[in-house]
Amino acid sequence: MDTKKFVIKQISIFSENRPGRLAAIAHALGEENVNILAFSIAEANGFGVVRALVDHPEKAHDKLLSMGFNIAFTDVIAVKMKDQPGGLYEVAKILGDSGINIEYSYAYSGKEGAVLILRVDQVEDAIKKIKNSGATLLERSVFH
Amino acid sequence: MVFWDPRTEEMPKVDLQRMQYKLLKSLVYRLYSFSPFYHDRMKEQKVHPDDIRELSDVRKLPFMFKRDLRDNYPDRIFTASQDELVRYHVSSGTTGKPTVVGYTQNDLNAWTTSLARGLTSIGLGRGDVIQVSYGYGLFTGGLGMHYGAERIGATVLPTSVGNTERQIELMQDLGATAIACTPSYLLHIGEVAEKMGVNIKTDTKLRAGILGAEPWTEGMRNRIQDWLGIKAYDIYGTSELSGPMFTECSEQRGFHIWSDIALVEIIDPKTEEPLEAGEKGELTITILQKEALPMIRYRIGDISSIDEGVCPCGRTHPRVQRIQGRVDDMLIIRGINVFPSQIEYTLMAIPEVGQHFQIVVERKGALDDMLVRVELTKGSFSDKINDLMQVRQKVEHRLRNSLNVNVDVELVEPGSLPRFEGKSKKVIDKRSL
Repeated sequence: MDTKKFVIKQISIFSENRPGRLAAIAHALGEENVNILAFSIAEANGFGVVRALVDHPEKAHDKLLSMGFNIAFTDVIAVKMKDQPGGLYEVAKILGDSGINIEYSYAYSGKEGAVLILRVDQVEDAIKKIKNSGATLLERSVFH
Repeated sequence: MVFWDPRTEEMPKVDLQRMQYKLLKSLVYRLYSFSPFYHDRMKEQKVHPDDIRELSDVRKLPFMFKRDLRDNYPDRIFTASQDELVRYHVSSGTTGKPTVVGYTQNDLNAWTTSLARGLTSIGLGRGDVIQVSYGYGLFTGGLGMHYGAERIGATVLPTSVGNTERQIELMQDLGATAIACTPSYLLHIGEVAEKMGVNIKTDTKLRAGILGAEPWTEGMRNRIQDWLGIKAYDIYGTSELSGPMFTECSEQRGFHIWSDIALVEIIDPKTEEPLEAGEKGELTITILQKEALPMIRYRIGDISSIDEGVCPCGRTHPRVQRIQGRVDDMLIIRGINVFPSQIEYTLMAIPEVGQHFQIVVERKGALDDMLVRVELTKGSFSDKINDLMQVRQKVEHRLRNSLNVNVDVELVEPGSLPRFEGKSKKVIDKRSL
């Protein structure tokens, strides 16, 4: 199975936890005409990590880097969920039963249903298990 | 191992201390009897020469400060008359009114002897060519090194500062084996040499640098040694002590303070109490043999610690570690003295963070709280909060170990801390606001 097409490039940005930082990032991406498809902020005492799926990751990377930000790319996967009670349980159970650990996750609910973005410890394994269990993975081309 | 004066340099500590006591006693008697300034000072302090019964009684004597020289400009506290003086040096006065130091012939001899011992201890002597690239003139560096180098029989190349390309040509043509200058000037020489296509390592005979007159670090030593292929030695002194006076020996583990010339104490700058050997505090020096301008318990304002152990080189005289900061920069956090330079030094060894930092001190309840803000370097960010927490913990842990005080660390974005040219303001002390 070609698992590569399901691996999505997430951009992660190190940010101080103070007013205006997210605005600075969002403004820069807007200026570059980069659209943010999903994002989350993880917070730890004093600093945070902004994680985003964008339509042009390289462009976003170069722009933010030139502004002095600390940037990293991380591989994540996106799973379609039923937008109804029990939807998240179905996906989480597949991973739990397979012994795959979720490092972090965030979700959005769009026009075409709900999507769960996952950062897992074993990406390839997770892709295979999710495919085999009949759930739908979104391809990278959906995002960028 | 070659010594300039093996009898003195290897003298057992008890004998050295006995000698120091005798010198101190006669110095105090002389000053009490003949100098109105020192007499009044001792009276104010309610100490009489008869109270000096052992070496540690030096602690009963009053301190001297730079301001004592300024307030008595130019020569009001000299204890020799003008016709006994053979030279003046004048400090630049960058931090206030200039200060004048006068020297009798014996004063110059003691200074030169001190340097002769030091230069010999790093393996220099007859046959060496020592390029003196300290300024000649009112500044003590040039002439001081000049006479020290001549005394050991080396050939002096008195280039003074400036005209760097010519300095490099002469270094090559005359085969300089050592150079005495500031560490930053040596770095400049290295850069200019590279531009000229001269490789100091292979195209010159240079093998030693005697570097001082400004603060520098072990990191800079390593860089100079690796880059230029020489050994870099620290030298210490100020014009009030005569000039550049004390050098490291071949061990490169702190400069030897010759006990027959100077008595060194380390004190707590706030309580003024003496500290144990190895503890960090303010360097306080009494020059035991000085005729024109004696200095008793002179508070230079430099921070260091002292090693009283016998040096592996065989010399019994105490070693003072590299100067680690200025008293003016010291912070007291929960009763513990903290120097920004220690923080800088600790951070330099942690690749995940940059060298720039900011210290914020606050009082939370009854306790002082110190926060150190550091920049996460590019490439050490991995997206995982856990990794970042670990970097922070590592920095906190290392700082706690080196400062002996709990520190909170905040990771900030690269380039976000203020940059300074020259003297930086890295400390925000909200306790005084």
